[in-house]
Amino acid sequence: MTHTSLAYLSNDFIYSAMAVFTLAFFAHAYETAFAIRAPQTDVESNSQVSQGNLLVKTFDFQRTEKIARIATALMILAFLLLLAGVVTRGLSAGRVPWGNMYEFSITGALAFSGAYLFALRKYDLRWLGLLVSISVLLTLGTAVAVLYRPSAPLVPALKSTWLIIHVSAAIISGGVFLLSNVIAASYLYLDSMEQKGERKVWARRLPSLEVLDQLSYRLVAFVFPLWTFSVIAGAIWAEHAWGKYWGWDPKETWAFITWVAYAAYLHARVTVGWRGRKAAWLCLLAGSTFLFNYVYINIWGTGKHTYSGL
Amino acid sequence: MTSEVKIPDIGTGGLLRFAWRQLTSMRTALILLLLLGVASIPGSLIPQRSQNPMKVREYFASDPTIASWLDRLSLFDVYGSSWFSAIYILLFISLIGCVLPRTFEHLQAARALPPLMPRNLNRMDFHQSWAGSELELERAKLWLKREKFRIREFEGSVSAEKGYLRETGNLVFHLALILILIGVSLGALFSMNGEAIVNVGERFTNTPTTYDDLSFGRLFKDSSMPPFSLKVEDFKATYNPATSAPEDYSLKVSVIAEPGAVPVKKIIKVNSPLGFGSTNVYLQANGYSPVVTVRDRAGKIVLQGPIPFLPQDSNMTSIGAIKVPDSSPQLGFVASFLPTAARDKIRGGISSYPEALDPLLLLSAWKGNLGLDKGVPQSVYRINTQPMQKIGLKALQVGDTYTFAEGSIRFDGFVQWVNLQVVKDPGKGYALIGGILAILGLLASLFARRRRIWIRFNSEGFIEVAGLAKSGAPGLEEEIAKLITEVKGLY
Ligand code: HEM
Repeated sequence: MTHTSLAYLSNDFIYSAMAVFTLAFFAHAYETAFAIRAPQTDVESNSQVSQGNLLVKTFDFQRTEKIARIATALMILAFLLLLAGVVTRGLSAGRVPWGNMYEFSITGALAFSGAYLFALRKYDLRWLGLLVSISVLLTLGTAVAVLYRPSAPLVPALKSTWLIIHVSAAIISGGVFLLSNVIAASYLYLDSMEQKGERKVWARRLPSLEVLDQLSYRLVAFVFPLWTFSVIAGAIWAEHAWGKYWGWDPKETWAFITWVAYAAYLHARVTVGWRGRKAAWLCLLAGSTFLFNYVYINIWGTGKHTYSGL
Repeated sequence: MTSEVKIPDIGTGGLLRFAWRQLTSMRTALILLLLLGVASIPGSLIPQRSQNPMKVREYFASDPTIASWLDRLSLFDVYGSSWFSAIYILLFISLIGCVLPRTFEHLQAARALPPLMPRNLNRMDFHQSWAGSELELERAKLWLKREKFRIREFEGSVSAEKGYLRETGNLVFHLALILILIGVSLGALFSMNGEAIVNVGERFTNTPTTYDDLSFGRLFKDSSMPPFSLKVEDFKATYNPATSAPEDYSLKVSVIAEPGAVPVKKIIKVNSPLGFGSTNVYLQANGYSPVVTVRDRAGKIVLQGPIPFLPQDSNMTSIGAIKVPDSSPQLGFVASFLPTAARDKIRGGISSYPEALDPLLLLSAWKGNLGLDKGVPQSVYRINTQPMQKIGLKALQVGDTYTFAEGSIRFDGFVQWVNLQVVKDPGKGYALIGGILAILGLLASLFARRRRIWIRFNSEGFIEVAGLAKSGAPGLEEEIAKLITEVKGLY
C-alpha cells in the first residue's frame, strides 16, 4: 500500500473511531438518564446497589445494565479503531506517529481512553464513560479540525530513538494524569452534592467518595515514576540534540512544574495526610499545569520544542 | 515609646540550632520545592537572554520602562538570577539536612529486629484465631521465611516484618535528588559552551580564539579544552520537495583528536554529536556563504572568499554584509542570498526552496566609512549605512560581475556553512546517575509495602494471626489469607 493511501486509511479509522465514541457517549448518556426514570423494583433483583441505602432501592440500575455493557463494548471498539488510526498514521509516514500536534493529540486520546479501559478492568468506572467519551471526542475533534497536518517524515531534530522513548512515556503519563483529574473533578462535584444534602438519584450508582479519592491517588502514584522517567529521557535527548540536558526551555520548565506539583501532591497525601477536597484540588492544579504545557506552550510558546507543526 | 521585647536567652548556638532545624524540616523543603516551581514560571513566559536575546532586545525597544524594571528583577535571566539560585541552594541544604539523618536512622533500623509481640493481637487489623497446634506455628515460620519476611522468634510466637525497601527507596530517591543537584552545580562551575561558524572546506581548531561565541563556568580552565581539530569536508541537507521541510542534515568531518594524531573520518548529525570525553560537538545550524571577489579601482583584489550569511526563513532566504575595509574609500555591500530565487509582492526577492537550484545574490553597494575602527562591536551580518553613500543596486548570478566607479565585485559561487556547538559538561554523568537512581528509588518507595505479621500459639491452644500495614498499604488481607491457607494445610 502506498504512503498516501495509508494516510487516508488512517484518517478513515480516526473518523470511524469518532463515530463510535459518539455512539458510546449516547449509550452512556442513555444509561445515566434511564436509570433515573426506571420504575421501582424490588431490592432483591438489584444486586448492583449497596444495601442499606433506602432510596437507592427504589431505582433500578439493572435495566440499564445492558446498555451500560453495550456502551463499554462501544468504547472498546472505538479504542481499537483509534489504535488502528494511530498505527496506520505511523506506517504512512514510516516512523512513530509523534511528529506534530495532530499526532500527539490522537495518540494522547488513545492513551487516555486506554487508561480508562485499563482501569475499568479493576474498578467499576463505567459512570466515567460519559466524561471520558466526551473528552476524547473533543480532543479528536480539535485534532481533526484544527491541528491536522498531512503525513510527512520527521524533521531532523526529531529523528532519534529518544523520540519514541520520551514521547510515549509523556503521552501515557498525560493520559493517566488526565484520567485522575477527571476522577478528582467528579470527587469535587459529588462532594459538593453531598454537602448540600444527598446525592441525586443518577449519581447514586457512582462509587463512594473514598473510593474516588483513593483511585485518583493511585493513578497518580502509578504514573508519577513514568512521568519522572519521561522528563529524564527528555533531558537525555536534549543532551544528544541540543548539547544541554537542561536549558529551561518553556516546555522543559513546565514539565518540571508539573513534576513538582505532583510531587507536592504525593507528599501532601503520604506525609501530611491530605485527603478529600484539598487533595482533589491539588490534583487538579497539578493536572492543569500539564494541560497548560500541552496547549499553551505547544501553540503559543517560543523555545526549541516547536514541533506542533502549526 | 518603644517597649523592650524580651527574647528568651537561648544563646547563639541555640538560635543556630533552631534555624537549622527549621530549614531542614520536611515542611520547609516542600515549600522551597514549590517555590522553585513557581519561580520558574516567569522565565517560561518572559523571553530569556540565554535562549532568545533577540526577543529581549525587542522587548527593550518596545517597552523600555517596563523592560528596565523587569531587568532589575533579573526577569530576563531568571534561571541565573541570585533569587532563583538562592531558592535551590536553600533546597539543597534543606534536603541534605533532612535526608542524611534519616539515612543513618534507616541503616540502624535495617539492622534491628522486627518489633516485639503486642499483647493484644485482636486490636490489630485482620485478626483471626482458631484452635490449632504448635505444628501450624512452624509452618507459618517456614512460609514467612520463604516470603522473605524478617522474623523474630519468641517462645510460642513469631513476629515478622517486610517492606524496608519502601523507606530505602524513599531515601535513595531523595539522595538521588541531591546527586542531580551536585551534577548541575558541577556543570555550572566547570562547563564550557562555544559556537563557531565553519565553512565547508575549512578547519576548526578547539582553542578559545577560534570561537565566535564562547562562555564558560566560573572555575573552567582553558587547559581542560580537549586539543582536537577538525576539517569540515562536506555538508548535505535534504529537503522534502513538497513542503521544503528539512529531512536530514549530515556533516562529514575529518577529525584529528590531538596534535599529531591520524585524521579520522566521522559523520555528525543533529541527534548524534561527536564526543571527546565529556566534550561534545553538535551540528546546530547551517546556511550559505556566497564566495565573492572584490577589486579596487586598480583591479587589485581587496577581498576574496566565502562570507557566511544568516538564513531568515525556512527556504533559506539569507542576509549578510560584505565589508571591505581595505579599499579606499571603504566599501560595504548589504546583500541577500537567494538559493532558489523568486519574487514576492511584499517582500521582494525571496527564496522559494532551501536548496541552491537557482542562486542569486542581491547587492546594494555603499562607499564611505564602515565604522569598524570605533571599537564598538558590530554585527557581521549588518552594516550601518547612515554615514555612507549609495553606489547602486545589482542582482548577480554565479559568475556575474558588477562593476562600478570604485571597483568591482564578482559572485564566484557559494559554499555552505555549519554552526558547530562545542559543549563540555563534566557534571552530566552525575546528573544522569542521579536521574536513574531517582526513578528506581521512586518505584521502590511507591510500590513497596511495609507490613508486619504476628502469629502466636497461646496457652489455650489457639493460633492467633494479626497484621498491620503501614500507611494503609493494600494487599495485606490477601497475604494473611494466603498464610492461613498455608498454615492450615488447606491447598
Ligand atoms: C527535605 C526533606 C524531605 C523529606 C524529609 C521528605 C520525606 C519524604 C517522606 C517521609 C516521604 C514518604 C515516604 C513514605 O511514606 O513511603 C516522601 C516521599 C516522596 N518525596 Fe520527599 N521528602 C523531602 C523532600 C522532597 C523533595 C525536595 C522532593 C522533590 C520532588 C520529594 C519528593 C518525594 C516524592 C515524589 C515522594 C513519593 C511520595 C510517596 O511516597 O507516595 N521529597 N518524602
